[in-house]
Amino acid sequence: MIKDITIGQYFPGESFIHKLDARAKLIVVFLSLVEIFLCKNFLSLAVVVIFAIASVAISKISFKVVLKGMKMIYFIIVLTSVLQIFYNDEGTVLLDWWKLKITTGGIFTAIFMAVRIICLILVSSLLTYTTSPTTLTDGISRLLSPLNKIKIPVDTLAMMMTIALRFIPTLIEEIDKIMNAQKARGADIDSGNLIQRAKALVPIFIPLFVNSFRRAYELAFAMECRCYNGNKKRTRMKQMKFSWRDAVSFVVIAVMLAGIILLNYFFGAVI
Amino acid sequence: MNNEALIRFCDVSYRYESDNETPLPLAIKNINIDIKKGEFVAILGHNGSGKSTFAKLSNAIILPESGNVYVEGMDTADESLEYAIRQKVGVVFQNPDNQIVATIVEEDVAFGPENLGIEPDEIRQRVDDALKAVGMYEYRLHEPHKLSGGQKQRVAIAGVMAMQTDCIVLDEPTAMLDPKGREEVMKSMLRLNKELGKTVVLITHYMDEAVKADRVIVMNSGNVVLDGTPQEVFSHEKIIEDAGLELPDSAKLALRLKKSGVNLPDGILTPEEFIEAFKLSLSGGAVH
Amino acid sequence: MSILEIKNLSYKYGVGTPFEIAALENINFSVEKGEMVAIIGHTGSGKSTLIQHFNALLKASEGQVLLDGKDINESRESAHKARFRVGLCFQYPEYQLFESTVYKDIAFGPTNMGLDKTEIDRRVRKAAEFVGLKESMFEKSPFDLSGGEKRRVAIAGVMAMEPEVLIMDEPAAGLDPRGRKVILDLIKNYREKTGSTVIIVSHSMEDVASVADRILVMNKGKIAFNDTVDEVFSHEQELREMGLNIPQITKIFSELKRYGFNLNAATYTVDDAAEEILRYLHKGGN
Repeated sequence: MIKDITIGQYFPGESFIHKLDARAKLIVVFLSLVEIFLCKNFLSLAVVVIFAIASVAISKISFKVVLKGMKMIYFIIVLTSVLQIFYNDEGTVLLDWWKLKITTGGIFTAIFMAVRIICLILVSSLLTYTTSPTTLTDGISRLLSPLNKIKIPVDTLAMMMTIALRFIPTLIEEIDKIMNAQKARGADIDSGNLIQRAKALVPIFIPLFVNSFRRAYELAFAMECRCYNGNKKRTRMKQMKFSWRDAVSFVVIAVMLAGIILLNYFFGAVI
Repeated sequence: MNNEALIRFCDVSYRYESDNETPLPLAIKNINIDIKKGEFVAILGHNGSGKSTFAKLSNAIILPESGNVYVEGMDTADESLEYAIRQKVGVVFQNPDNQIVATIVEEDVAFGPENLGIEPDEIRQRVDDALKAVGMYEYRLHEPHKLSGGQKQRVAIAGVMAMQTDCIVLDEPTAMLDPKGREEVMKSMLRLNKELGKTVVLITHYMDEAVKADRVIVMNSGNVVLDGTPQEVFSHEKIIEDAGLELPDSAKLALRLKKSGVNLPDGILTPEEFIEAFKLSLSGGAVH
Repeated sequence: MSILEIKNLSYKYGVGTPFEIAALENINFSVEKGEMVAIIGHTGSGKSTLIQHFNALLKASEGQVLLDGKDINESRESAHKARFRVGLCFQYPEYQLFESTVYKDIAFGPTNMGLDKTEIDRRVRKAAEFVGLKESMFEKSPFDLSGGEKRRVAIAGVMAMEPEVLIMDEPAAGLDPRGRKVILDLIKNYREKTGSTVIIVSHSMEDVASVADRILVMNKGKIAFNDTVDEVFSHEQELREMGLNIPQITKIFSELKRYGFNLNAATYTVDDAAEEILRYLHKGGN
């Protein structure tokens, strides 16, 4: 069921990673994503693999949850790796059939790509798992606050983000309810060809849109009642402060960067 | 001007905008109401009686077509007073899902004070106090969508409390809740009024909730038709029923028996009162 | 013969995960043809999960749902047919309206049944009559109606399938006293005129006491009581512990009985109560 989606979900906790400043966490995640792309051989890749696994362990979020969250993207991982197998024709030929040729080089690249994507997802999903969406948008808006100077309404955009995140579960629940109600009137949603299926969505999406407008209207009233005004300066209950943890994580990421560059340099690139 | 009135409606009329040429009828017609400081007032009326319009008029969300609404003497039509007014009078709406802004309970409660530009430490204090007042402190780190209806509504009440408003207007806060949720919310409202001295205006169509108020106002097609203590108001069975409402069953039963000559006192509203009165009346000879 | 029979039904959420929760446990009961049964329970008691089994929206982890003696989950086809034979009207059904006109929205169910135009027309008109919608409203957009009217359109949409069993989940939720009465009266009227079986789900004891023949009380995924209205209301204490309210009149009567007044405790409407008390007084007390 659609209710089972865990991507973007937040698991409250007290771990080192949970306690990192959201801004620091965003920067660290961004840098580690860059580093994952910089890896050119299996040794440097091993460094980021260890980094990713260690991060999950430190966050105290069970691997089971993390793996379950990746379920949705298994397909993408498999597809990219399979494409790599056929795209690369270096190394010993293992299989040559019709126009398809599988080589050791292809297999290597495939594995390399798969590991790389998994690391990317691990690190980035850890960001949302350990940071409440509001804190996260807050962090983004503070990092981007210089953009206010060139008249980009960062705070308003961040508010929109927060509200969107807040209403995703509500809307998913609503879709579920509407779907059941239309099924109860005999709507056939699960079968038929593409056009029939698209048509079957009309009874679901029209009420969903109508209800969403109603919600938006009521929410606007409620926000006005609580003195929200997009242009006014707001204060925040939760202050953001860099701590020793953030310094530690910056050091880790810097050491890792140096390590990857050195490993790439000394052991050559396989990719 | 009477300083005691926290909210004052003076000859207020309001009409919603129509989609076409013909204007809609007035939703509220020349209404005069004073809500005094510290009162617990219930406003009763059927759907479309104008009672929800009252909520939006009371803190400058909408402005009267004619007449004036004053909050502690401030005219809601004066745009410069908008924020001052909303810090006096907070509104909680019917659907709890559509008034919670943040993804964590305490962050939602902090939303109002943050908009007011309060210092962080002070916000923290207010949020904790407000959550404790509605009994939701243990849930401060929960995600709102996982709470029950009654809990969500209490979070919404805390959100208004954290702005330190003197008066809370609740627009059918229990209409979408189950009996347990209704009880929780009712308890919170009574606590705010009795223990914290907040003025509470409860707009509802549940009679058993109105019975617990100090004062009941009944609205019908945009007019105030009754205004008084619950005992006074619920003695007018005919007007209540014409307004599309029903007396509480205990009151109805007492009235029915009195008409048949049973000697019962006026103003019975709850089962407990009925039982007491009935026992007393029997010991003193009941019939004729 | 029972029109609907539930045999050893259990339902679990998240089977095979560490989060497995039993939502329903070993439910057994049956509904007779033409009966009006009320299912009562607080939020999370399993009542909503239970009714979704009756038209095969949910498939039981264990056990069977028999409609007219046949398992509705026997085949894909029988499960699909069950949607039409057991009409399920959800809570706040007005939020599921989608068509451009009232007429088309009511016709959605019958159209999905594959009926011909004249039959659909007959059913739409009949259902509209049951809920008190005038023909002049047929061409209106359902979104332009008042809240109460929208609800009636949505209810008509389920009635138009002419189901053998009609299930209404909290049909009066959120309505004012007059609105509640209108909805309950129309359900009563529908049942009298069609002789259909009706299951009404509610957490308001006051609403169901006057209309139901029998009450099924759900608590923590199990059936707590399955009995006549009188019998169920006599368990005041247990009902209260399950988070349910009992009607004020019942409260008064059971209390007075405790004080030694010899009254018939099976009283839950104001009219019956007044009559019973007067009868008692004229008899001169005990």
